[in-house]
Amino acid sequence: MIALTAPDQPDRPPHETRPLVLSLSGITKRFGSLVANDAIDLDVRAGEIVALLGENGAGKTTLMSILFGHYVADEGTVHIADAAGQLAPLPGGSAEAALRAGIGMVHQHFALAENLTGFENIVLGTVPLWRLGFGKATARAKVARLMKETGLEADLGVPVGRLSVGEQQRIEILKALYRDVRVLILDEPTAVLTPQEADGLAETVKALSKKGLAVIFISHKLHEVLALCERVVVLRGGAKVADRPTAGADRATLAELMVGREIPPRERAPATLGAPVLRLAGVDVGAPGERDRLEGADLELRGGEIIGIAGVSGNGQGALAALVAGLKAPRNGSCEIVGHAATRADPSARIGAGVGRIPEDRHRDGTIGALSVAENYVLETLAASENQRHGLLRRSAIRARAAQAIRDYDIRCPGPEAPIRALSGGNMQKVVLARVLERAPRLILAHQPTRGLDIGATTDVHRRLLAARGRGAGILLISEDLDELFALSDRIAVIHAGHLSPAMDAAGLDTRTVGLMMAGHSAEEAA
Amino acid sequence: MWAALEILSQANFWAATIRIATPLIFGVLGALLCERAGVLNLGIEGIFVAGAMSGWLAVYLGLPLWGGVLVAALVGALFGLIHGVLTVPLGLSQHVTGIGVTLLATSIAYFGYRVAFPNVGTPPRIDAFPPLDLPLLRDVPFLGPILGQQTAFTLLAFACVIVLALVLARTPLGLALRAVGDNPEAVEAQGLSVVGLRIGAVMAGSALMALGGAFLTLSAFNAFYFGMINGRGWVCIALTVFASWRPGKALLGALLFGALDAYQLRLQTITGGAVPSQIFLMLPYLFSIAALVLLARRADYPRALMKPYFKGQR
Repeated sequence: MIALTAPDQPDRPPHETRPLVLSLSGITKRFGSLVANDAIDLDVRAGEIVALLGENGAGKTTLMSILFGHYVADEGTVHIADAAGQLAPLPGGSAEAALRAGIGMVHQHFALAENLTGFENIVLGTVPLWRLGFGKATARAKVARLMKETGLEADLGVPVGRLSVGEQQRIEILKALYRDVRVLILDEPTAVLTPQEADGLAETVKALSKKGLAVIFISHKLHEVLALCERVVVLRGGAKVADRPTAGADRATLAELMVGREIPPRERAPATLGAPVLRLAGVDVGAPGERDRLEGADLELRGGEIIGIAGVSGNGQGALAALVAGLKAPRNGSCEIVGHAATRADPSARIGAGVGRIPEDRHRDGTIGALSVAENYVLETLAASENQRHGLLRRSAIRARAAQAIRDYDIRCPGPEAPIRALSGGNMQKVVLARVLERAPRLILAHQPTRGLDIGATTDVHRRLLAARGRGAGILLISEDLDELFALSDRIAVIHAGHLSPAMDAAGLDTRTVGLMMAGHSAEEAA
Repeated sequence: MWAALEILSQANFWAATIRIATPLIFGVLGALLCERAGVLNLGIEGIFVAGAMSGWLAVYLGLPLWGGVLVAALVGALFGLIHGVLTVPLGLSQHVTGIGVTLLATSIAYFGYRVAFPNVGTPPRIDAFPPLDLPLLRDVPFLGPILGQQTAFTLLAFACVIVLALVLARTPLGLALRAVGDNPEAVEAQGLSVVGLRIGAVMAGSALMALGGAFLTLSAFNAFYFGMINGRGWVCIALTVFASWRPGKALLGALLFGALDAYQLRLQTITGGAVPSQIFLMLPYLFSIAALVLLARRADYPRALMKPYFKGQR
């Protein structure tokens, strides 16, 4: 057994006396030559909330997948306490064994069948398949009791696909608790929630831990980790680099532990406003019945400023982005983009007018995986004379320019001829960014530009967007990450159910107000 | 014109409707069971052939009629196992594998027939399922003659509709089947086996498909002919979409198709050759296409249909 760290914290509650419920020792997992987990030790005690922190690729998900039986560790053992509190080895590679041993996991991408009701999802797999009935009454009573005890509320009688993300997540948690788990793993649980929903979740998690549940909280939102967890374990490059109490830690130290170097602060000069680059007046996009639509949107974005669009995704951000990128035409109202009236859906006309697009999903809409880095780099400007002559691609010129971009943007890849799908998310995003910025666009549409990126890559994207703003580009930043919105935006507008609020001065706003507006309250109610 | 409407009042027409619909009921139930679990089974056409041939041959060789039914179901399940192993743990293309299974099953059935009857022109007939003799219902006007022309095999089809509907809606197994066709990760995360559930569903579904074929030889035509399946399997694939993967609506779709087929046969005799018979033969298929055009766009496909699942991969 491994001694717990932090003996230098005598003033903390004596959690060392609480029984150990989970003990990982020397967990190593290799994928080919990549060491995803390198001899990781981790002890978790009853009633403890432990944060597992790390950048993408640090090994968090692999470690939890081993714990939950998706992968089998190459070396090391997992011990978990049985009902009597005795540690017993957990057989690897079986989700069923993990569940039976009392490990529950709330997946980042919910493991819910959307065609089943919440109740059906909860009892799925808890009754032997060949039994004719469910024992529904007993099961319902247990779920009702859990909901009452934990305050987790959700409509259990309708197909899960019709519920909000917050409700789906509550069902995921109930699903784990229904099996009497002793260790609950939460994988990026707040990524999809409004700030109020996230607060509610934090309260629930605290209450559960008071009852003796051990919680492993995976996140990269440092402020949440500091507020909620008593201990933080940091992984970097597959190895454990820190295991310390959160008391006495701050965001900067945790970030440095994750990245392994100092993070330079973002520098943001005051805005120098130029001419309007985007003007919307009463714009409708999408049919009234559609979920992702825009209704009567008014907005004016000028060169040299960043307007952030906050909102839970699916509230009209897609329609707004499609309008600016020229993938959809406005149904009503007037839309003026860089001085041109935009009435039709015409993406190449938008590119010609000086719109740069950083799409939400770089895999689906930003790059073509089978094409090379160089080919992706020139994808939006194939007709330009520097890329083709008499209809034939100028391959060597393209390759040279892509090689230049690879140097300028520090894109880690085997070379310009490498297929882009071989690149990591951050490097792929750098290619997209380089492609957009090369044309010195007047208007940049940045839709979730840092989604799924680690701190290092995120900082880089932010720095370059701010530099583009300094050069006079107007930037429409659509994001779900409030930290990002507040760090970059001059003004912030909130989108909810297709309605876009007026853009408000970011300096006079706080996350609470924006959070309430994201949940559908008006600016007056929220203030 | 009046004659065309009068067809609808004939007990004979309704009896034929049910007779034509019965193999389709089995086929659609089989297809929807596979698809509910997330596997498209285009082996259906060949499994029909194999079921028709094997059930009939078993009875010809001396097994009782229900023994023939069982043999057909087992043969169907075997082809289901092939399709399931290739598409579920190995994750091969479900389209390509399914068409391969159809070609394989058809060829094996024809080959088996030729080996068993090397020099026979007309296939030997068997004593097929007799019409039902229902003491009380026999004398009910209209309904009596309709049901009196059916066999116990037809009752099995109707029973399968009810059983499958109950299993899917009410049992833990049905829950797991519906879940595995929507989000296999959810099933895995609850400690159930995605591979086991999917292969099981494909085997059971294929057994049902084979019963559809066996009905034709054991209850309708009393012998096995080349080409007798004649696209019935493909029709079932279309009807599955029409049925939106629900057993009750599958029954409705099969009956509707059966009624159109029975109707066009009778319409041909009324018009007496004034219109080419091929026009009438087209009618049920035109209905299938129209139903697909109207419904398939809105169809609520099982979300994980045709998506192979590999453990631990996202």
